[in-house]
Amino acid sequence: MNGILPLRLEDVSFAAGGRTIIEPLNLTLEAGASTIVLGANGAGKSVLMRLMHGLVAPDTGRVLWSRPDVRRRQAMVFQRPVMLRRSALANVLYALEAARVPPQERGRRAREALAEVGLAHVAARPARVLSGGEQQRLALARAWALHPEVLFLDEPTANLDPGATREIEAVIKAFDVSGTKIVMSTHNLGQARRLGDEVIFLHQGRVVERAPVEVFFKQPASAEAAAFIKGELPWT
Amino acid sequence: MLDAVVSGLQLVATLDLRLWQVVGLSLAVSVSAVALASLVGLPLGAAIAVGRFPGRQGVIVLLNALMGLPPVVVGLVIYLLLSRAGPLGAFGLLFTPRAMVLAQTVLVLPIIAALARQAVEDAWREYEEQLRSLGVDGLRAALTLLWDIRFSLLTAVLAGLGRASAEVGAVMIVGGNIDGVTRVMTTTIALETSKGDLPLALGLGIVLIAIVLVVNAAAHGVKEAAQRRSG
Repeated sequence: MNGILPLRLEDVSFAAGGRTIIEPLNLTLEAGASTIVLGANGAGKSVLMRLMHGLVAPDTGRVLWSRPDVRRRQAMVFQRPVMLRRSALANVLYALEAARVPPQERGRRAREALAEVGLAHVAARPARVLSGGEQQRLALARAWALHPEVLFLDEPTANLDPGATREIEAVIKAFDVSGTKIVMSTHNLGQARRLGDEVIFLHQGRVVERAPVEVFFKQPASAEAAAFIKGELPWT
Repeated sequence: MLDAVVSGLQLVATLDLRLWQVVGLSLAVSVSAVALASLVGLPLGAAIAVGRFPGRQGVIVLLNALMGLPPVVVGLVIYLLLSRAGPLGAFGLLFTPRAMVLAQTVLVLPIIAALARQAVEDAWREYEEQLRSLGVDGLRAALTLLWDIRFSLLTAVLAGLGRASAEVGAVMIVGGNIDGVTRVMTTTIALETSKGDLPLALGLGIVLIAIVLVVNAAAHGVKEAAQRRSG
């Protein structure tokens, strides 16, 4: 399979407003294992995700995929989904059209995606009147329909209650099972354990630690990671 | 004064044919001008909102300034363009309703484009990452945003209609206020007032305000209903 992975970041750094947000870093993401990006607020998680997804350009260094024309082979789900003022189904169709999927395939793929996230029954409803959890599932359906090789998720459940969070996590699992590489930032350590294979821990714009999930939580190698785990645990 | 109001209302109530002809032409000219200006102005505003090009800030300032174009100046410029000796003189448009539509289109275009630019730019801030993630930018993004904020854009179009139906200077100059041909509500009001026929002037003033009110109420109703339905 000649996919777009691995993704390599070479000496990538990013600054905004005179403040360095990402220190020069080198990182390679392989296909397969689900990667969780952990770190405190302001550690640079969101910016790192956007650098990888190509929404912001690095100030130095390069973001390299193994193939060109990667835009249509990756998708991103944001903390707050932005839905167009049209039906749930039309939102998915719009994404397929933007990805230049042939018209005769769009309907089938959109309906499959809605069924996958459990929203088939609201296909005709205006997307903006759906609940927060439903809108986030619709965002996942929009990504699902695109059959991406890589799915970036930036704190996808930060605004949701536990019930909606469980539903989102089930869909993310399904992506993983179907072979999509998951790259997700989260605050929720329980979620990191449930969904992740490896952890990239960011602290003040630097990758302080990268380890398999179990190793990271049992024996964090850095003092910063140990403090973060200790500080966050009571709320997971 | 009160007498004038009463006879003005009587004129309206008796459906004076001459009066309704004037009202009809007014509406036809202003609605045509706003339709043309929207056709150009909404995409133009959206393109400026989404686009990144050198001199963009200057264009925005210019566009906002043009919202205050004096109607008589627009009328004068269109007059010069359309007059026999002017570059567009060969079309013979001067002193026709078409010339009036052209003048009002020029007058209203900056208002619609500038208000659309602001509305689309606000929406773009919210949608940009999502749309770019889906691989949508440029013209396609502009059109997507226009459609998505269609209810808010109604305000821009109504502002344009208000300006067009209220102005007198531009249509007076390029239309010539010819009875039965290019006479509209505002030019009639100006003429009748100077002639001293206050009842007719007032009657038309009342009709003008009533029309603007009805149009805005209808638009507001449509917008509210649509927004409730689609969030």
